[in-house]
Amino acid sequence: MDALISQLQRQFRDYTISLYQQDFLDDQFTELKKLQDDGSPDFVAEVLSLFFEDCVKLISNMARALDQTTGAVDFSTVGASVHQLKGSSSSVGAKRVKALCVSFKDFCEAQNFEGCVRCLQQVDIEYKTLKTKLQDLFNLEKQIIQAGGIVPQVDIN
Amino acid sequence: MGRDGGVSCLMRAEMNMMSVGGMESAPAPSDLDEVHVLAVDDSLVDRIVIERLLRINSCKVTAVDSGWRALEFLGLDNDKASAQLDRLKVDLIITDYCMPGMTGYELLKKIKESSNFREVPVVIMSSENVLTRIDRCLEEGAQDFLLKPVKLADVKRLRSHLATKDDVKLSNGNKRKLPQDSDPVTITPPLTISTESSPPLTISHDSSDSSSSSSPVEMFSSSPIDDDEDDDVLTSSPEESPIRRQKMRSPGLD
Repeated sequence: MDALISQLQRQFRDYTISLYQQDFLDDQFTELKKLQDDGSPDFVAEVLSLFFEDCVKLISNMARALDQTTGAVDFSTVGASVHQLKGSSSSVGAKRVKALCVSFKDFCEAQNFEGCVRCLQQVDIEYKTLKTKLQDLFNLEKQIIQAGGIVPQVDIN
Repeated sequence: MGRDGGVSCLMRAEMNMMSVGGMESAPAPSDLDEVHVLAVDDSLVDRIVIERLLRINSCKVTAVDSGWRALEFLGLDNDKASAQLDRLKVDLIITDYCMPGMTGYELLKKIKESSNFREVPVVIMSSENVLTRIDRCLEEGAQDFLLKPVKLADVKRLRSHLATKDDVKLSNGNKRKLPQDSDPVTITPPLTISTESSPPLTISHDSSDSSSSSSPVEMFSSSPIDDDEDDDVLTSSPEESPIRRQKMRSPGLD
């Protein structure tokens, strides 16, 4: 079992590092991990869950606000949702999503419709990609524990 | 022994996470020795995170989703004094700045206008490092200004300014108010909790608090401030105080 545990731990470490290196996650995610302990072992997963729900809701709001068939686009409504998404992505360490929100916000302020639509599509892809990757990461954690091992602390720096 | 990990715990998360738009009940009188924080943020994710940050630092937390709910909780939402006042103990209010309806700044003003809660330290959180915003809040009496995303170190620092009642209790169990220092440099004294058991809540100076970093507010007041800009985003410059430097983690990105 030890060889398996070591292998899984190595995979977990490498995968975690790659997520940071590819800017999926930033040090705020690390901060969230600090808040997880035996008393709250699923804290990070739970917060990220809420974040992804937020994404679904806010992206739907943005799409609705950017729907030209209902009349003139209200960029301030779009902007308000973008601001919220920027905030929550920042709070969970979702680096790419946050960066997209920054550009998105600029397009809203410039009332650039094409830019907004592009950002909306990208943000949708990005949060889904992150969700999949984190699911893989959490699954690795689960496998380590099921094999009787301990999830290693990964030093990003 | 399998563990339920993964991201698929939506329902459980919602059930476990408290204060979705509502309020927890205030701590019972027997819990009066613990620091009680009222956290205000319209973002659920942020509420969950700040709640956890505070709990990990041994605070009891009531988290609400708007300034109006905060006022409601404090009994400030109508003109008559709250009958619950002798039960309600709030040692710190931490609020987001940007909220729909009532901003954190407006909430701050209302708290400072109230006779019962004006002494309660109010900390503002914001994702934007806007100098004029920070100054305005400090001028209105905010104790501190935290840049989001809030980190464990930020809350630890806040917590260290809030001495627990146990620290200043006299051996015979009587509680007394400590004398205020009159330090001309500080805008507001470092946070300590009054040891009086009855309202109104007052903050008094803990003369035994010798931490060299003292109040973060001091740092703001002593560094040169150029407030000619109209809500410009702050960019880092070398001569800033440690606190200000700490706040400017991502210049230009916000």
